[in-house]
Amino acid sequence: MKLPDKKGHFGVFGGKYVPETLMAALEELEAEYSAAKNNRRFAEKFRYYLEAYAGRPSGLYFAEKLTKTLKGPKIYLKREDLLHTGSHKINNTLGQGLLTVRMGKKRIIAETGAGQHGVATATVAALFDLDCEVFMGEEDIRRQALNVFRMKLLGAKVTPVTSGSKTLKDAMNETMRDWVTNVRATHYCIGSVAGPHPFPMMVRDFQSVIGKETRRQILKAEGRLPDYLIACVGGGSNSMGLFYDFLDDRKVNFIGVEAAGKGLNTGLHAATLEKGDIGVLHGSKSYLLQDDFGQIKIAHSVSAGLDYPGVGPEHSFFKDAGRAKYVSATDTEALEAFRLLSETEGIIPALESSHAIAYLIKAAKKMKKSDLAVVCLSGRGDKDVDMVSQVLADKI
Amino acid sequence: MNRIDKKFSDLRKNGRKALIAFFTAGDFGLTATKKFVIEFEQRGVDIIELGVPFSDPVADGPTIQSSSERSLKRGTRLKDIISLVGQLRKKTQIPIVLMGYYNPILKYGPARFISDCVKNGVDGAIIPDLPPEESGELTAAAKGRNFDIIFFLSPTSSLKRIKMVSGMTRGFIYYVSLTGITGARSSLPAGFAARVKLIKKTSDKPVCVGFGVSMPEQAKRISAVADGVIVGSAIVKQMEKNSSNKKFVKNVGNYVHKLAEATHQ
Repeated sequence: MKLPDKKGHFGVFGGKYVPETLMAALEELEAEYSAAKNNRRFAEKFRYYLEAYAGRPSGLYFAEKLTKTLKGPKIYLKREDLLHTGSHKINNTLGQGLLTVRMGKKRIIAETGAGQHGVATATVAALFDLDCEVFMGEEDIRRQALNVFRMKLLGAKVTPVTSGSKTLKDAMNETMRDWVTNVRATHYCIGSVAGPHPFPMMVRDFQSVIGKETRRQILKAEGRLPDYLIACVGGGSNSMGLFYDFLDDRKVNFIGVEAAGKGLNTGLHAATLEKGDIGVLHGSKSYLLQDDFGQIKIAHSVSAGLDYPGVGPEHSFFKDAGRAKYVSATDTEALEAFRLLSETEGIIPALESSHAIAYLIKAAKKMKKSDLAVVCLSGRGDKDVDMVSQVLADKI
Repeated sequence: MNRIDKKFSDLRKNGRKALIAFFTAGDFGLTATKKFVIEFEQRGVDIIELGVPFSDPVADGPTIQSSSERSLKRGTRLKDIISLVGQLRKKTQIPIVLMGYYNPILKYGPARFISDCVKNGVDGAIIPDLPPEESGELTAAAKGRNFDIIFFLSPTSSLKRIKMVSGMTRGFIYYVSLTGITGARSSLPAGFAARVKLIKKTSDKPVCVGFGVSMPEQAKRISAVADGVIVGSAIVKQMEKNSSNKKFVKNVGNYVHKLAEATHQ
């Protein structure tokens, strides 16, 4: 059975846990999306922008040197880092941008952690003549100064969020508050497979181009499907995008890599699926980092894009159904992977994507040499160079 | 008849409207919470809405966000609030409902929540991030119990939703006067009266209006069309303003009294 069901549930997960004021907007979005999905012109337009504007298809690159170094499976990298704006986020914002225009809304708002989704939203806002406001935690503004400048250059207003942990979670709270206020003329462009229905489904569908291309490309290169698909999981959009087309290919193993921060037992991590339990936040039921009284805990990761105490509901469903395995990599391991990929392949990965590489470094030896592993390189690391240089300076 | 239904029935007999006062439980301490409930009842409040603090209150503006944060810093927990109502029941029979986000209730366990609430004399719950569509587990647990799950309507609710919500809500309908978050505003949104009239034509449940109400003049205008007026942020602001004053509780009571007079006129 295809999920979610009509009410937006993936088993017990998902749903629409939002204030009444937003219910009409979600119903409108659902209707508009389902009409657009079955509309050939919309599909053609979407594909046109993905190809001519964003640079799809992205390459599937055989990382020969990394493969030799790790002495494990044959490693392919899905090069989402080569897309316009520098990450997979543009796939989703082009889709939602086109929907916003279709709905006749003139303003688009977004939350951002690492700034990649904010930049991707600001980009389509410029392209489609939409007013754009991006909410970003004060702490993330500090960590991702380059992306803040890019958003401003693209004409977006960047609003600092000073409440709570001053990171992605609080940016999402503030964006919801803006949406509830300006809902009639504003579209909230959620950047992950999270939030209330229909967002987890819609963002998944827009991102599923990653997996569809991967299938075609790996079949061409290897004549068979991969054994492992590996991607980092914050909210979980690049991993869902890579996994989804392979859902029914039971022999393809899905591995989602969460941020273990300073370590899973330190309390300073963002490993929601490994360490969290079921709750409701930001519009859906899913695994969450929370205390015994249902208060949300503050996540920690060196990578701003993974620094989130929730996760998309479909990932929670995959976890409980055993369809995907969720593991983690620490800040230190991710930084090491960041350096290794730069040195061996000449590719500087985003800190988020570095977590997926970091897991492979640990797990390569347990896999067979005849195995095929595809890693989603969800973004490029330019935005992180400044911060990493402070950490790694003495080691390079 | 439960306390809320009885309250509206009594008010109706006297041709009066309800003043519903919100504040966050545990803000300025649980002892202060108790004093405020007693004071507010004496000063003319008809129903008390006790806020249950949550780390991520997405439907709330800065005033209630801060009060929620202050209360959490003091370590206020859902079970403390429920047992506080139990203690209050020895002194007052004013209807008391809890207002809070769903996650702490889910963590507490919906069935245990309802059963503890009923045991301690809590009359109902208002949960801003739990629309009827997702309320199955909670409404099932409340079925046949003396406990009202109160649902919302808003300026964006369709006629279909108005019918659904008015069928599902118990006690009253919480009508959100504007598209937005909680917080005191100086004027009422245009067209609110027409919306309230439309809802009242569709439903026989009492309709109470909240969000943005801070002045007696607004309360008066709302009570002319609706069955109740809900005031929250403005009361919390009065608490903030008076918290270091010797007459802390009295002063906030004075403000609430003006709202009650305007509502009851």
